[in-house]
Amino acid sequence: MAKIRKKGGKDLPAISTASLPDIIFMLLFFFMTVTSMKEVTYMVTIRPPEATELQKLEKKTLVRYIYMGEPKREFQKAYGSETRIQLDDAFADINQLEEYVVRERSAMKEEDQNLLTISIKADKDTRMGIVTDVKQALRRAYALKINYAAVQRTEY
Amino acid sequence: MGKKKVEEINASSTADIAFLLLIFFLVTTTMSVDKGLSRRLPQPLPPNMEKQNMEVNKRNTFIVLLNSNNQLLVQGEVIDVKDLREKAKTFIKNEFNDPNLPRREEIDVEFFGKVEVTKDHIISLQNDRYTQYQAYIEVQNELVAAYNELRNEIAKEKFGMAYDALDEDHQKAIQKIYPQRISEAEPKNYGGKK
Repeated sequence: MAKIRKKGGKDLPAISTASLPDIIFMLLFFFMTVTSMKEVTYMVTIRPPEATELQKLEKKTLVRYIYMGEPKREFQKAYGSETRIQLDDAFADINQLEEYVVRERSAMKEEDQNLLTISIKADKDTRMGIVTDVKQALRRAYALKINYAAVQRTEY
Repeated sequence: MGKKKVEEINASSTADIAFLLLIFFLVTTTMSVDKGLSRRLPQPLPPNMEKQNMEVNKRNTFIVLLNSNNQLLVQGEVIDVKDLREKAKTFIKNEFNDPNLPRREEIDVEFFGKVEVTKDHIISLQNDRYTQYQAYIEVQNELVAAYNELRNEIAKEKFGMAYDALDEDHQKAIQKIYPQRISEAEPKNYGGKK
């Protein structure tokens, strides 16, 4: 017994860190596969409504987003606190919507063009008036597949 | 000539590089999966055409009105949104061939043979400009839920599986029995012309 203790020596060998990069790379790849790039920075506050019968939005390349809500505080001075529409990274007017859809659609591959889905991400306190206007504009632009973004309701 | 030993490259910084990349991806990406209620908008009306009055039998329509205070009026009755699902289900199904509920018609469906379905029923949803979006989504949600539940019931009964687990052909057959017919009326201008 005593002999073994003597043999063990006083200084422990340093733990090898050679596998550390591999572990980190593994984590990295994990995050690269399960996450997706942020679409835009929100300029409006969006608290999504709650629902239960949700469907996943598949094929992100076929989806374009329309954001609706009150401008964030830092934009309120310039844009007021009325509900506004955000397309990509800028505030937009309702008249620009039709043009936006047409532009986005023509930028898509031809075989995908009629699969274009518009996801409406609106704040839950939005009034339906503006949503109806958006829907009418989408109809005129022949973007008939829409999706109302919502989150899963946990309780009634 | 003395053999020169190739010096090993110090690899201790790869971990740091990998960390940097990892942090970059953590910051720029989001984990959230996009979910939502999928709907289909009706075709646009030709610009210079008068709104036509759709010829729909009164018994075939299920009118849902949502006012600016988020109150619900279904078939002339004020109800809570929680009761909407059941009401919509009885309407769509019309199990006992009630003359006030939509007419049942016999059609031929694959896998099922001849079935009586209420294929001309229509759910008409109207809302005010000041309705809250959350309330509107809730109503849409309940209507979709009513269809989903009916489809699930028949799928369980016939195939012993949930509707979502069925393959496309079976799903199509069930869709024929319970076609989703939610119509959103052309927006009305309350208070005169715009």
